[in-house]
Amino acid sequence: MVYLYVITAGALLVSASVNRTKTVTALKLAAKRLLKILPAFITMMVVFSITMTLLPQELVARLIGRESGWWGVATAAGIGSIVFIPGFIAFPLSAALLKQGVPYMVLAAFTTTLMMVGILTYPLERQYFGRTVTLVRNGLSLVIALIVAVVIGLVFGELGW
Amino acid sequence: MTSKGRQCVQLVLALGFGLFLAFSFLVGFQPGRKMGQIFGSTGMTMLGLLPCAFVLIGLFDVWAKRETIEKHLGEGSGIRGYVWSLLLAGMTVGGLYVAIPVSCALASKGARLSVILAYVGFAGVCRIPMVLFEISFMGWTFTIVRLAISIPLVLVTSWLLGMALEQHGYCMEQ
Repeated sequence: MVYLYVITAGALLVSASVNRTKTVTALKLAAKRLLKILPAFITMMVVFSITMTLLPQELVARLIGRESGWWGVATAAGIGSIVFIPGFIAFPLSAALLKQGVPYMVLAAFTTTLMMVGILTYPLERQYFGRTVTLVRNGLSLVIALIVAVVIGLVFGELGW
Repeated sequence: MTSKGRQCVQLVLALGFGLFLAFSFLVGFQPGRKMGQIFGSTGMTMLGLLPCAFVLIGLFDVWAKRETIEKHLGEGSGIRGYVWSLLLAGMTVGGLYVAIPVSCALASKGARLSVILAYVGFAGVCRIPMVLFEISFMGWTFTIVRLAISIPLVLVTSWLLGMALEQHGYCMEQ
């Protein structure tokens, strides 16, 4: 987080010392694009905070626990596609779930869909890629996540050969 | 719905949510307060990333020469295009909400569609800060298996999807 600010500030300084006009153009471009995307972004955050509040944690643990099997994988993939958790929260959370007996396979489905499939980012993605490509890209990513989950299950001996 | 109409709806929704939060904090409505806390912590973190990301994209836009991007990520860049997109994705911070605008900037500089789609996929799979977190919490085996499976799959699907879309004359919105 902090290093991103340092890098950005550094890049701006270097850019400004070489060519001030170009740097101002870059900043104007940045502001214009940021404003354009902001409403979609805020919508995403509103939906995220409502979902996270209404979903009880105990229910999550029961749905994806040790005995959940394929339903656990499907549920985890579903949750991972919908919710929106940054990596620095998602992985500690996964490690905590792992200790509680949630299988690696389920967590693989969860973290992979979390990073690759975005139902909440749909409005944002559609603005750039259009509806069809957004749907196809997310669908393919979901399939990839399920394949990853199966292989992880095999590697960790959670699935019989 | 037009994009302007959609933005109006989103604005009204955001304002309504803001009012609801303010009301919840005033009367001590617990679920509302919790929503406010989640919105505050996660939302603000990501909101803090966005300006940086867009400033970097802006700088990329004014400095990156179209020819350079075209040469490395465009038509005829072959497998090297994918290697570049993998490296770029590794350095991406945030998530899809950053990767998608970046991919648009790449498109406007002449990167080819398959490479752009691969970049978005890779950004989900192997951002370096994320992978470091994953290794420390989930272990090496988990991380390596996940990367070994997902990278080739992203590569193949974006190659196929990109080709199919180009044949249909698809063009990204700029």
